Amino acid sequence: MARRLTLTGNDAAAEAMRQIDPDVVTCFPITPQTELMHKFADFVADGEVKAEMVLVESEHSAMSAAVGAASAGARVMTATSANGLALMWEIVYIAASNRLPIVMPVVNRALSGPINIHCDHSDTMGCRDTGWIQLYSENAQEVYDNILQAILIAENPDVLLPVMVTFDGFIISHTVEVLDALEDKEASDWVGEYKAMYTLLDTEKPATFGPLDLQDYYFEHKRQQIEGMSNATGVIKSVGKAYEKLSGRAYGMTERYMTDDADYVVVALGSTCGTAKVVVDEMRAEGKRVGLLKIRSFRPFPHAEIVAGLASAKAIGVLDRSVSFGAPGGPVHKEILAALSGTGHQTSIVNYLYGLGGRDISLDHIRSVFEELETVAGKTIAPNEVRFIGLRG
Amino acid sequence: MAEMLEIRWHGRGGQGAKTASLLLAEAAAMEGKYSQGFPDYGPERMGAPMRGFNRISEEPIRVHCAIYSPKIVVVLDDTLVSTVDVASGLPDDGIIIVNTIKTPAEIRSELGLEGRTVYTVKATGIALDEIGRPIPNSPMLGALIKVSPFLSLDSVIDQIKKKFSHGFKPEVLDGNVRAIKRAHEEVTSE
Repeated sequence: MARRLTLTGNDAAAEAMRQIDPDVVTCFPITPQTELMHKFADFVADGEVKAEMVLVESEHSAMSAAVGAASAGARVMTATSANGLALMWEIVYIAASNRLPIVMPVVNRALSGPINIHCDHSDTMGCRDTGWIQLYSENAQEVYDNILQAILIAENPDVLLPVMVTFDGFIISHTVEVLDALEDKEASDWVGEYKAMYTLLDTEKPATFGPLDLQDYYFEHKRQQIEGMSNATGVIKSVGKAYEKLSGRAYGMTERYMTDDADYVVVALGSTCGTAKVVVDEMRAEGKRVGLLKIRSFRPFPHAEIVAGLASAKAIGVLDRSVSFGAPGGPVHKEILAALSGTGHQTSIVNYLYGLGGRDISLDHIRSVFEELETVAGKTIAPNEVRFIGLRG
Repeated sequence: MAEMLEIRWHGRGGQGAKTASLLLAEAAAMEGKYSQGFPDYGPERMGAPMRGFNRISEEPIRVHCAIYSPKIVVVLDDTLVSTVDVASGLPDDGIIIVNTIKTPAEIRSELGLEGRTVYTVKATGIALDEIGRPIPNSPMLGALIKVSPFLSLDSVIDQIKKKFSHGFKPEVLDGNVRAIKRAHEEVTSE
């Protein structure tokens, strides 16, 4: 029986964390931390959760404490945003390399400078090669659902990797909207008890964590990590199917919205996908064959689903909300080019940079992308011919 | 597709435009509707012009951009009428409600507005009388519901009681409820 709630994206994340009730939650309790942890701290203070909350002096320490607690066998969560994630950087890699299934909601915000607290994807795109799984959320409902699924994905013995559940700063994090949540018992049964395979504190089965690992075995351990990430694709899909049985809401690696016969397809992540769906509906009503390919899992990247979702497209617009300075196009664009490379699929691909520092992307903006795609079909577009949405001058 | 109602709030930091927009979204959800409420976070200074937004619909809401053509504009501070383009994007059948001691005709003239419908209410005076503080957001919610009864007044009052029963003293809560009801009665059109 679903409970209908009206919450900000931050509070939806905190609600999922309340129901999960991890053993340990670590937090740097000052900006750029958002209201998410503020809300969870209320749950701790009010005795609604048993989680041990560890407040530390920096985001670097927040991730360090998470690594320590997870190594000791605890189910651990933390959360961050923007420059906080940047300060965590060193330990973000270590969490993944030590195969610790930490789950971390990340509120996507621009990196300074100049100082900006609004949405773009620079923070999480910057750590796309850290070895974390990355699930992007379109709205508060998906924030909640993705966090509950992330626990099972991270802790799967074939995966054992940390997961970032990302959502757009302010656009989702600070917007109140309606979502359906599981009953507490349903949610706690869903996540179940966590039993770590190896723990620092298990003297019956002693193990070494994070030792020196030089030319002898480092490479083999990295290979295992690659396998774990590769296995995550199947696990994300199977967890998504199980969650659909529980909640009625389907989740896969991507969401294909009207792409099956689409001539023109926009590829995007996050809240922009909701806005794009409205434009797709409007243009479909006008007889235009347009569609949206939403990427939910950016790491692991869903190559097979991308190829299938773009099969009919004569022209593709790839929307990037972060810059890869000096590269031909943004991070999403490069992945799409790589996914289609060698498939023999002849299509025109245009990269659009948009929304940096919270610049709004409107229905009209997305419509103009589709209209431009109609004019470029059949033409060769150089990968470095990036176009800008909503940029002045 | 069912029509979606879009509302834009204009206020100054500290006047409660954000709280009003979030509360309205919650009240709409209590009636089984889908809703969004979000502020336009800027420098967050006391007294600085800021905006809040609402979408309310019978269907799930997917769009996540700013609101450019609101059906209703609510202005919490009449000094914004001459400094901010509060009527921007307001369609011909749009409504603008201003907290002011001026008449709707005077506000229309200040805005240089043709068409649309202008309403005014002395929300700051009502708030001072009933709550004892010049916070106009609660009375403006009452005026809004009167002008466009897309929700019941009771839903808004219930949501205020639910949201603030722990944070406010009973007399402040009662004052807010009286302020909403008075503004609901006293809002006037041309």
